[in-house]
Amino acid sequence: MAARRKPKLAVWKFSSCDGCQLSLLDCEDELLAVIGAVEIAYFLEATRVEIKGPYDVSLVEGSITTPHDIERIKKIRKQSKLLITIGACATAGGIQAVKNFRDVKSMIDAVYARPDFIDTLGTSTAIRDHIPVEGELRGCPINKYQLLEALNALLNGRRANVSTYAECIECKRAGNVCVMVAGGKPCMGPVVQAGCGSLCPSHDRGCYGCFGPKEVPNTASLASRMAELGMGQKDIGLAFRSFNANAEAFRKEGDLHDRR
Amino acid sequence: MTAVEALTSNAPPRIIKVDALARVEGEGALYVRVKDDVVRDVKFRIFEPPRFFEALLRGRMFWDAPDITSRICGICPIAYTMGASHAMEMALGVEVNDPGLVLLRRLLYCGEWLQSHVLHTYLLHAPDFLGYEDAIEIAKNHPGVVEKALRMKKLGNEILEIVGGRAVHPVNTKVGGFYKAPSKAKVRHLIEPLKQAIEDSIDTIRLFSTFTFPDYEDDYTFVALSHPDEYAIERGTIKNNRGLDIPVTQFEEHYDEEHVQHSNALHGVYKDEKYGPAYMVGPLARYAINYQQLTPLCKQMAKEAGLGTVERNPFKSLTVRAVETLYSCQEALRLAEAYEEPERASLEIVPRAGRGHGCTEAPRGICYHRYDLDDEGRILTARIVPPTAQNQKIMEKDLWGVVEKNLKLTDEKLKWRCEQAIRNYDPCISCATHFLKLTIDRD
Repeated sequence: MAARRKPKLAVWKFSSCDGCQLSLLDCEDELLAVIGAVEIAYFLEATRVEIKGPYDVSLVEGSITTPHDIERIKKIRKQSKLLITIGACATAGGIQAVKNFRDVKSMIDAVYARPDFIDTLGTSTAIRDHIPVEGELRGCPINKYQLLEALNALLNGRRANVSTYAECIECKRAGNVCVMVAGGKPCMGPVVQAGCGSLCPSHDRGCYGCFGPKEVPNTASLASRMAELGMGQKDIGLAFRSFNANAEAFRKEGDLHDRR
Repeated sequence: MTAVEALTSNAPPRIIKVDALARVEGEGALYVRVKDDVVRDVKFRIFEPPRFFEALLRGRMFWDAPDITSRICGICPIAYTMGASHAMEMALGVEVNDPGLVLLRRLLYCGEWLQSHVLHTYLLHAPDFLGYEDAIEIAKNHPGVVEKALRMKKLGNEILEIVGGRAVHPVNTKVGGFYKAPSKAKVRHLIEPLKQAIEDSIDTIRLFSTFTFPDYEDDYTFVALSHPDEYAIERGTIKNNRGLDIPVTQFEEHYDEEHVQHSNALHGVYKDEKYGPAYMVGPLARYAINYQQLTPLCKQMAKEAGLGTVERNPFKSLTVRAVETLYSCQEALRLAEAYEEPERASLEIVPRAGRGHGCTEAPRGICYHRYDLDDEGRILTARIVPPTAQNQKIMEKDLWGVVEKNLKLTDEKLKWRCEQAIRNYDPCISCATHFLKLTIDRD
């Protein structure tokens, strides 16, 4: 009997910092096992080898910011059986989506000496806004253990166990004293999805939202609490306009404060 | 084709193209045109789309700068969190000089050097010298080598986690110091693994010294930070190898960037004609300028590996990075052993208007930041000049020279040699495009 063919894995990059695909190489203890379980068919950051599609699993990092990106992601979709987006850029447009709320032409003029050389869309958007995806991993950057869990689940034909509840739950479990209730520091934890391991509250600071909105977040309630803690409207708006600025719930809350 | 070329021959030009460069961080391409055995054009093209960081920082509070600029690069976030913090501290009129905090910052940076250098040398660059497509092939043929590399890289990430709170985009660094100082016990956990990493680094230097290095040298203008007390990493003045030594505040008087059509990253240029326009930052520059401050063990290993006190063969940056890896392990060990928890994790800061500059040695070379703040502490303008932008001109110059020297190679081999020459610089293309010059404030 022929040996089972190893699943073909491809890793793709759009507008991003490389940190999420680096998380795969950061799985130092598991990397050789992962490489043993899959065929790395396309992973430009790690290898010159380029094996033609179709691919069993595509991991996509980065956001869509140019007309060419849209063409490219459509081609990748066609060649991929399962397509998983990884990180805040791919799932929500990333920090560069802050430009969605500003005049892009003036930004290019401000940044480049020769604006005519630059080809860019006015927006930075999530992969899911352009093609259907089978799953997404949140985070800026993603949590490498969630990545391993997702790969494991895909290879074994089961659903990945990735929580969608609030960061607060993870933080309580870690035994942290609440930085907002007890420390009076603004914290995005109540509206942000768990997954990072409560890193900021564990370091005596409020969560700043790397993992994007949890399911059904009450952003209005958090915004009014932030105001009670002394934050101005502008800064409350900016708290939602960061690494997941274009995620729907955060975009809407940010818009409200822009208008005030 | 120019008229002169058309007259000289009817032979078709020889084109070497790499549409998407592998084993680098970000999206880049190469283009070389040769006609009648003469190199006519060389382009290192960066097509990674711009992310407009400098524009999107405007209007945000000063404390956002380290967290936001860190997202320029997932491989060297400390170069951004720390450069931004230093610049903000200058703008706000405070200085972090508590010995415990200074120690923690340097220890954190050693972690970044260790993980970034090991990632680059073993996983991205060494395959070129061994004729392998990637480190996966190294792992198949020499499993122990890759296991050792991963062990070292993991330790670098552990330093980042213990001091910085996270390996990629650390959460614990801030303007004025840290949110929370790590416990002495946690830092002491690093000591035994660091002793092992020193042994591993020595093996690494010995392994790399057995590689064959392509023959190429240039009389580079090297630029690096320099500090009287230490091999400069997170602080110092900006020095070149031709006698110029300036404070960080004068960076923009001597260095500029130009916008070229074939790249989304601005090209760094030396304004002083006698030094430029192309110059080199990174390990070869640091090594040439600060060699005397390396540890005796680093000097001994460098000598054993056949390195001089100045290295002008860019392919040997591989071995120089391995020497710096050894240095960062030795330095991290010294710092971890000396660590005492500081009384306060950070300085108190009162917002005010001002301008501040910051510059640190990212693994790939100096990374410069400058910000202007209004009296509330909001960012008015930002400028960041990352190392890969500064190296672009010299990378193209190297490519030109390397092609000229290797015209006899087949197209496939020449292409690979060109890729290897680019990888000498460990180019971080994400960095290069993510910081773009802000010339005019048009709000």
